[in-house]
Amino acid sequence: MRHDVFISGYGGQGVLLAGNLLSYAAIHEGNNVSFFPAYGVEKRGGSAMCTIVFAEGDTGSPVVGHPSVALILNQLSFDKYAAKIKPGGVCVVNSTLVDSTTLDLPDVRIIKVPMNQIALDLGDVRMVNMVACGAYGAATGALSLASMGEALKKALPERNHRLIPANIKAMEAGAAAALV
Amino acid sequence: MEAGLSTKLFVKGNEAVAMASVEAGCRYYFGYPITPQSDIPEYLSRELPRLGGEFIQAESEIGAINMLLGASATGVRCMTSSSGPGISLKQEGISYMAGSELPGVIVDIMRQGPGLGGIDASQADYWQATRGGGHGGYRIIVLAPASVQEMYDLTMLAFDLSDIYRIPAMVLADSVIGQMKESLVANPRPVATLPAKDWAVRGRGEGQLQQVVKSLKLGDGEMEAHHWKMHARYQELADAECRWEELQTDDATLIVTAFGSVARIARTAVAMARAEGMQVGLLRPITLFPFPSKAYADLSTRCKRFLDIELSTGQMVDDVRLSVARDTEVDFYGRPPGAGSLPTPEELFEQIAKNYRR
Repeated sequence: MRHDVFISGYGGQGVLLAGNLLSYAAIHEGNNVSFFPAYGVEKRGGSAMCTIVFAEGDTGSPVVGHPSVALILNQLSFDKYAAKIKPGGVCVVNSTLVDSTTLDLPDVRIIKVPMNQIALDLGDVRMVNMVACGAYGAATGALSLASMGEALKKALPERNHRLIPANIKAMEAGAAAALV
Repeated sequence: MEAGLSTKLFVKGNEAVAMASVEAGCRYYFGYPITPQSDIPEYLSRELPRLGGEFIQAESEIGAINMLLGASATGVRCMTSSSGPGISLKQEGISYMAGSELPGVIVDIMRQGPGLGGIDASQADYWQATRGGGHGGYRIIVLAPASVQEMYDLTMLAFDLSDIYRIPAMVLADSVIGQMKESLVANPRPVATLPAKDWAVRGRGEGQLQQVVKSLKLGDGEMEAHHWKMHARYQELADAECRWEELQTDDATLIVTAFGSVARIARTAVAMARAEGMQVGLLRPITLFPFPSKAYADLSTRCKRFLDIELSTGQMVDDVRLSVARDTEVDFYGRPPGAGSLPTPEELFEQIAKNYRR
């Protein structure tokens, strides 16, 4: 089975770390992975996005025109990319910042998770990306929370490993919110 | 499950090149920073001093390529890397290396041009890479990886081929392959039988004979003989070292051909076409010089339609047209470099469908 997920938000929301985390989790579950960051002359406050493809066999194209799953962390990303989601696909939106009624997407399952609010309630808005990853796991079943927890050891530098328990909590909260 | 994380690394294409160079025994790197390849010098500036090697950030790309020439003349494995504008600056040194029959690995992570261009992906340096690039009439070995794993494997191969044939070798990729991260199995260096570097200039401390490494050949008939010798060596390379990948070409009535990043996108487009019942295959050259002409010649005896796809207005398509049987139709679809202009699998599928049904 070939999975693809597109993640987009502001620079600073941890989009690339989220992509790295899902990649490590996918490798942990025995997959091959392609992680393709949008690569340009970006600056602080600009957009950040990446595409992850994982499969037991060949990952094929690292470039995905119509993603089957998108994690959308800000309004700009929703307005720009949500319409590209494949019919039958899933869009997990950060409903604290995104009004998903601006587009009519009848063929896409929209899952609203107040990611900023959940991260804030847990003590640090910077965990918004972890909430998003947890929501992804619960919404798609493509990767387990246990694998993501393991992946944190690889995705975070050693000096930040003390933050792993808090990040796992944020993932669990994201997962719970996605299942509501 | 645990084995997954321990055996598979997750690294950038550029890092894979740097790691492979270390595994291949390269301990000398000379370069000058330029996007999108700076991860290579960054990695080696950290690792080489620890291994007793030497990392030098040269004063310019011209300085770096001439340091490579000098290091190579002493018989050590060495590497430089750059992108479009820097590779252009290196052409003089590459020509001197080719003339002096010096091995050495040059990595080109292509960006847009001409001139300063831009930093997004491009394949518009195909001609420069495969036609020699500098003056005097020479060729260099050119390898085109299409994944992070191949960035690793082909970098090691580049060192071996370069040593065996005494021809500089280039690893030619673009910012897609250089900047993306993929799972990687960091295989140990393959065993290769390499010729002794009895031509190397190592000083005369131990009663060694004088060695001369030069490209100036003023003797009567010396230059002409050199040209025919190198010509024969390029032929040997073409006979023994062509590498390519074929995917579902057996029953194909249309063969898509592309190298590097675009071949990856085309792979998914071909799978989409197959899912629609179209008999479409993929031919991906891995060596761009020597170009796997025979693969094209053989396939074109039974498949009469080819579609070449490149991130340029068409360069490799020249070699495809020179290689196929005369009654073969070769169509072209190009996306010249431009910000955000990467084709999607869906876009390439449309081109395949259009050509298939025509």
